[in-house]
Parts: sequence; C-alpha cells; structure tokens
Amino acid sequence: MNQFKGQVLSWEFKDGAVELALHREPCNEIGSRTLEELESFASNLKSFEHQFHALILYSTLKSGFCAGADLRELYHGAQGMEKHSAARGVREFLQRIHRVMNAIDASSLATIAAVNGVTFGGGLELALVCDLIIADKMARFCFPELRLGLIPGFGGIPRLKRDLGNAVVRDLLLTGRSFNATKAQQVGLVSQVVAEGESLKVARGTAAQLGKFDRPTVMAAKKFIKPIPYEELRLEIDIFCELFSQPAVEAGLKKFVEGKDSQPYLP
Amino acid sequence: MPDSEQTLEEVLGLAAAQFKIPREKLTPDDDFFKTLGMDSLQALDLLTRLEHHFNVELPDYELQGVSDFRTLASRIQARL
Repeated sequence: MNQFKGQVLSWEFKDGAVELALHREPCNEIGSRTLEELESFASNLKSFEHQFHALILYSTLKSGFCAGADLRELYHGAQGMEKHSAARGVREFLQRIHRVMNAIDASSLATIAAVNGVTFGGGLELALVCDLIIADKMARFCFPELRLGLIPGFGGIPRLKRDLGNAVVRDLLLTGRSFNATKAQQVGLVSQVVAEGESLKVARGTAAQLGKFDRPTVMAAKKFIKPIPYEELRLEIDIFCELFSQPAVEAGLKKFVEGKDSQPYLP
Repeated sequence: MPDSEQTLEEVLGLAAAQFKIPREKLTPDDDFFKTLGMDSLQALDLLTRLEHHFNVELPDYELQGVSDFRTLASRIQARL
C-alpha cells in the first residue's frame, strides 16, 4: 500500500521516510477506529522496512499529538455489559494495541515522534515506542491515569522505566502532573525541543541524518540500546485489567465523561 | 526579579495575547475560565506559555481551583 488516508490517521512517503499523521478531533483520542487503522499500518510495517529508512509520527492537530485513550468510548462501551465481559473487552483492546506498539518499537526503521501540545497518557505511550521524541516547545507530557484509578495501559510504565530514572517515573505517575517540553528534555524524555510549529520539519531533517548510516549497524545498535521489556508489558496488562474491575474506575470514568467540568485534562 | 504587580501585569498580557483580546478587557480578579471561555486544553497551553515566559515550573496540581489572574500570578511569584 503506497499511501493511506483513513478516518483518523494517514500515511505517506517523503524523502525515504514514512510519515504517519494522526488527525482525529479533538486530540487524537485512541479508540477502536484508531486501533484498527494503527493495526492496518502495523501490518504494512515490514514492507516499509524494505523501502524506507525512517518513520515519523506526528499530529496535524494544533491541540496536540494525542490525549490518550478514548475514555468516552471506553466508558460507554462498558455500560450495560457484565463486568467480566467489559474486562475481557478491555484486555483484548490492550493486547491489540500492545501488538501495534511492540511492532513499532521493534521496527528496524529509525522512528521519531514529532510531538506538539497535549501528549498525555496513551499519546505519550505512543511517543515512547519511538527511538527519538522531538518536541514543539508547547508540548506537554503527562500520565493522568492514576486520577481514574488506573495505571497506564499501553506500555507506558515499562517504557518509561526503560528510558528514565525511577524518581522521574514516580514523579510523573504518582503526582499525575504534566511536564512541559523543556522539563521533559531535562529529564531525558525528549531529545530535541524546537520552536512552535517546527517539530515535523526538524523530525524530517533528523530522519535524513539517520538515513545516512548503514542499516544493519543501526539495527544492531537499536537491539542493544532499546530492548523491549516484553515481560513487564504483559504484567502491565494484567494489573490494568485487575484495576479496571474496581468501582473507583467506573466512578472516575463517569466523572470524566458525564461531568460538566470544563477542565477534564486538569488534575 | 519582577515584583508581584509586574508579574500580574505580565500574566494578564500573556493571556490577552493568547486569546487575542485587548489587554484592557481583562482585570486581575476575572475568572479566566468564564471571561476567556477557556477549556482545559487552552488552560494547559496558557500554563506552558507562563512557564516558558517566567522560566518556572508550575505543577498543575498546584493550580487546582485557581481561576483568577491575581491568584495565578501569586503562585508564579512564589516560584520566582
């Protein structure tokens, strides 16, 4: 497939790189449609690896890269279902999104997330599968899941632990606070901070640089410096599903979805 | 270091610029969620601009319940 234009994401090829654009209003929330289109992308990844040297993920929306899981779909989907059926549905969703995330994480392409604005929860987890994160100076990073009585479910904790010091991981997770791009760079989450609106352009320049090196050498380096924590990723799904059945989660989701609060992204 | 009045004035100026309204339309005790019709994504945007402008880190939980410019400016002042 040479290019794809979906309902919520698209991809095309430019200067030897695959560019995957997210474009679901209001802020690229990841629900079943996004998952289906990401799976379609992942199924093409192996063939892309033979033709291209890099993958750039970005958002076309000013609001941000991605606000995370589609909590409205999660909440409404679970309504009227038996608890165990809802839990099974959540586990299947997580297993599917993990397969996509793991495929991008393990890709031999040089992968870059060019992020802007809100990069929260599942959005940050998507960025974390990439080799590099290039952040617009207005980008903001957060794991708000504990506010809902949950932990991140798309691989966030194992990948944060892979990349950052444990004190920073605890700060992000246990306070649920958000970091700006400068702070994210200071702690090692982000490799470059760029001017407003420039992250995609800088990511393209970086992708061109990455493309200069011998591919097998790049792949060998990636295997060495970016191991995928499969065991912890599986454990994360189990813990998430266990927590999901707790009453606090339903109450948290209900508050987020049905509340009149105009500030759902603030703690 | 700016004094508290200067900080407040700069906060008002930044908010006016972000929402493209004349500075004189804003007063220190305005509820910015109501006056500016600000939603949470826009609030995060303003928070990021304030952090960059003042070169401070403002944990968002510290701003919980803050909805007027004067209190917001005082929280920033405390970190300068």
